[in-house]
Amino acid sequence: MRDLNELLDQARKELDEAADLAALDEVRVGYLGKKGTLTGLLKQLGSLSAEERPKAGAEINRAKQQFSEWLAERKTDLGRAAMNARLESESIDVTLPGRGQHPGGLHPVTQTLHRIIELFRSAGFDVADGPEVEDEFHNFEALNIPAHHPARAMQDTFYLPDGKVLRTHTSPMQIRTLMRGELPLRLIAPGRVYRRDSDLTHTPMFHQVEILVVDRHVSMAHLKHILSDFLNRFFERELKIRLRPSYFPFTEPSAEVDVECVNCSGTGCAVCKRTGWLEVLGCGMVHPNVFRNVGIDPDEYSGYAAGMGIERLAMLRYGVNDLRLFFENDLRFLEQFHAD
Amino acid sequence: MRISESWLREWVNPALDAAQLAEALTLAGLECGAPEPVGAEFSDVVVGEVTALRAHPDADKLRIAEVDAGRKERLTIVCGAPNVRVGMKVPVALVGAKLPGGVKIRAAKLRGQPSAGMLCSARELDLNADASGLMELSADAPVGVVLQEYLQLDDRVLELELTPNRGDCLSIRGVAREVGAITGAQVSEPEFQDVPATGDSVFPIEINDFDGCPRYAGRVIRGIDPKATTPTWLAERLRRASLRPIHPVVDVTNYVMLELGQPMHGFDLADLNGGIVVRRAEKGEKLVLLDGREVTLDPDVLVIADHVGPKAMAGIMGGEHSGVQPGTRDVFFESAFFTPFAVAGRARRYGLHTDASHRYERGVDPELSRAALERATSLLLEIAGGEAGPVTVAERRTALPKPATVSLRRGRLDRVLAITLPDEEVGGILDRLGFAPKKTAEGWSATAPSARFDIEGEHDLIEEIGRIVGFDRVPVEPLPAAVVLKPVSERTLSDPRIRAAMVDRGYQEVVTYSFIEPSLEIDMGLGGGVAVLSNPLSTDMSQLRRSLWPGLLQTLRYNANHQQDRVRLFEIGVKFFLQADEIKEEKTLSGVLDGSRWPEQWGAAPQPGDFFDAKADLEALLALGGHAESCIFEAEVHPALHPGRSARIRRGETIVGWLGELHPALVGKFGLERAPLLFELDYVLISESTLPEYKEFSRFPSVRRDIAIVVDDDVPARAVQEAVATEAGELLRELRIFDIYRGRGVDSGRKSIALGLILQETSRTLTDNDLEKVMGRVLLRLQRDFNAVLRD
Repeated sequence: MRDLNELLDQARKELDEAADLAALDEVRVGYLGKKGTLTGLLKQLGSLSAEERPKAGAEINRAKQQFSEWLAERKTDLGRAAMNARLESESIDVTLPGRGQHPGGLHPVTQTLHRIIELFRSAGFDVADGPEVEDEFHNFEALNIPAHHPARAMQDTFYLPDGKVLRTHTSPMQIRTLMRGELPLRLIAPGRVYRRDSDLTHTPMFHQVEILVVDRHVSMAHLKHILSDFLNRFFERELKIRLRPSYFPFTEPSAEVDVECVNCSGTGCAVCKRTGWLEVLGCGMVHPNVFRNVGIDPDEYSGYAAGMGIERLAMLRYGVNDLRLFFENDLRFLEQFHAD
Repeated sequence: MRISESWLREWVNPALDAAQLAEALTLAGLECGAPEPVGAEFSDVVVGEVTALRAHPDADKLRIAEVDAGRKERLTIVCGAPNVRVGMKVPVALVGAKLPGGVKIRAAKLRGQPSAGMLCSARELDLNADASGLMELSADAPVGVVLQEYLQLDDRVLELELTPNRGDCLSIRGVAREVGAITGAQVSEPEFQDVPATGDSVFPIEINDFDGCPRYAGRVIRGIDPKATTPTWLAERLRRASLRPIHPVVDVTNYVMLELGQPMHGFDLADLNGGIVVRRAEKGEKLVLLDGREVTLDPDVLVIADHVGPKAMAGIMGGEHSGVQPGTRDVFFESAFFTPFAVAGRARRYGLHTDASHRYERGVDPELSRAALERATSLLLEIAGGEAGPVTVAERRTALPKPATVSLRRGRLDRVLAITLPDEEVGGILDRLGFAPKKTAEGWSATAPSARFDIEGEHDLIEEIGRIVGFDRVPVEPLPAAVVLKPVSERTLSDPRIRAAMVDRGYQEVVTYSFIEPSLEIDMGLGGGVAVLSNPLSTDMSQLRRSLWPGLLQTLRYNANHQQDRVRLFEIGVKFFLQADEIKEEKTLSGVLDGSRWPEQWGAAPQPGDFFDAKADLEALLALGGHAESCIFEAEVHPALHPGRSARIRRGETIVGWLGELHPALVGKFGLERAPLLFELDYVLISESTLPEYKEFSRFPSVRRDIAIVVDDDVPARAVQEAVATEAGELLRELRIFDIYRGRGVDSGRKSIALGLILQETSRTLTDNDLEKVMGRVLLRLQRDFNAVLRD
């Protein structure tokens, strides 16, 4: 059967030479199609003798099977090559930047405020809101700051006609909430406040958060706990704190709270003016006169209050060294507070 | 208040160094800065006496002084000071001396004359700012002694920042009592002797307003030496308190004020007529103040008058001719108690703040008037001689403040401070603070010392105990609280959610001031008035904003000027407006867009952002609360917006907000080069949210039919959408506008709108017949309502 071997050699050559699937199919038709060479040999079997026929038939079938195997292999190879060629032609430069809108960002005061709110909410505090234009009763008198009291000069006030003021602190929201009389309560009240003051370290508008807790038997120990807990959680570090006795008309005892300098860990640096301490908030036990002013019996209830400047905390948290940057709204500043 | 540490230690001397003392004061509520050395750095400066003076041969303004500085030889020193005179004691910087600022003294020739040292002014030694002449030392200053030693410059200044409730600590005496209470150190108040009258001269005192002035003590001192000078030791103590020596009489009153806390005034008796009258100012009465300003006195101002007119604003400031002069011989000392209520607020009203008003507003010890007067008399006689008359006191004792007697309950003390202190400790603290405590069944009864104006109840005593033992002794304990869930509404969007939506759509949040410059006010077409501040910091921040737009536009300009060519900003805040004379506040979300639609990037041609970019952002925002469908954008004119490019956003009858392009006429006003887009939404309305509610949906296939119709240019898309929706009814699941075309093939004044209708039946598959019918109805309706023509 030299013929068959030659035929297979020839077929092998043609299969190898077929450059694509179409050419390969042509080769297949040339051997296995109706008029194909191998098909033709099978058709000629009838002309052989009965003795020769089985042997010849078996050999042709073997050749046919060999061809089919080669064909399948070649088809797989060509298919793979075609896919590779397609993939290559479709490839892109994945290092090009993505398309579309770029996200904006939140103001650092908002970020800080959201963080404070989240922390206090986790301890069951409610968030209160109140007007920015206040009357003197809520802003001063109910808070035990009578007219002409030197304490009024502590908070230089913007006045509006008809005895209205721009609130100088968030404390009037204490009064508004206490007057609703739903006790016990735990709340924080954030917002814009206004003082007639403008220099390197003061802006006429800034943000505060007020904290107020009223219950039976609230003590200074509870106040110290919440302050320490808050500052540790806010700065995500264990920090030493100290309470310095101070004076606010609406709390007694009153204290300024210093926290160990977050910049130098208390060793003394420019941020803490070499003292190792940073003044971060004011606090105290709610003054009995404040309770009386809103119709609560100070012998039955006690409470603590604290107030802090959000910009101050944001400056310490993010290392901002100039308060005025917060209100200049320079995008080169604001964009630094995006997450990346 | 600044005080000398060594002075304080004469009263109380605890075993603490200056820094420890400062910290102890701070932790007891008297905030004290780091102690500052009182003397600047200098060396080889000694006390010298000018023994002879002669003119400089070659310079008119220089003189040649012979100086005894305790050396073997007299020194010859050239001097240019106008006040140099023979017999004067002055600081002498010897050759080799180092002065503050690195100045070194060498033997030199000045205009040809040898000079072996320098006579110094206070400024040259950095002792105070006085550079007008040589620093004059007391006549008894020992020649040759090193100046630091003589001036006792081994001292420090303690600067106390006192809270307004602690007027009692505005003196050495007050601070000493505190130091005693804090440290337990013995307070030894110097014994001051009363000065018996050596003359009989008196000046009558009459009080017409005992509410304002329950006590007024006065004393005449005649025949003081007009040439007397304030001794160096006293001047130094004043200097360490940042007070300048002026005149022995003034210096003595200042000294007594620092020492005891009693502000005093020394009148020139020659300028007083008839007698002292303490009264309220008469209407329209005028007074020329010491600083030369003439003020009209309000009737609630307490004045010290004589029989001619007002001489001083009581407890605040003397009038121009009330004080002593260089030649004054006869003095009338005032030492009075004015009530805080009669002084408070007045000084501020006249733009004044004096050492006296600072103390009277906070409360001066009413029992101090006489003692202070005796002390001042003795000091003045010592310095300037003279003959003291008897003390005259006008007073109404019943009008004096009564020291509060307060009871302190042990239970309350323990509960507030959360510590239980031994009885002896509590009693001891109250005793050292001067409260004369008595033990009672419940706790203690205590009477405030007359210097304390801040004690009214038990809480004050608890604070006293707390601050003296120190808040560091209060334990740290969590407040036990009930486990309760708080209500959380699903019908309100959270604030962080709303802000996040804006941020995700490319907006940067800003915070702008609530007050704006009136010229940047935008007519918001709201009517109503503007709320104007009565006392603005400056005119550019004088009125409350009626819209957030001016602030956003200013911020846009600021950033555009700093090379930002694409800006998207938003702010959430309150705007203010007057309604029936009431100031109303409305919480608002506002934004501005300027520049290209996309940040510059490959694959997208740069295109300016426009109305529809902003509209998409607002639609997304409204969709958060489920208002995308119910909010309608309708063409409406707004005074601040381009009339052809502005929309009012309405939900039912409620106005939710505005969106549009800044009116071209306003672009220049804000210093901009092109008109940005602006929007402002009612924050409360957009944060309302609807609760999702499930409805059955059709599982049958939907069919899409596209048509293009040609209508007049002024037919709003929304009208076409509504007409289609009405006609297609329940079958219409969605209607898309996928193209707007004007130009070739469409008549001028007309436009082509391409509509895609997605139709679906809820209970079966739609047939061709169904579709033909509904599309026919839709077309007919569009033809009838809008003269629409189907485009091929």
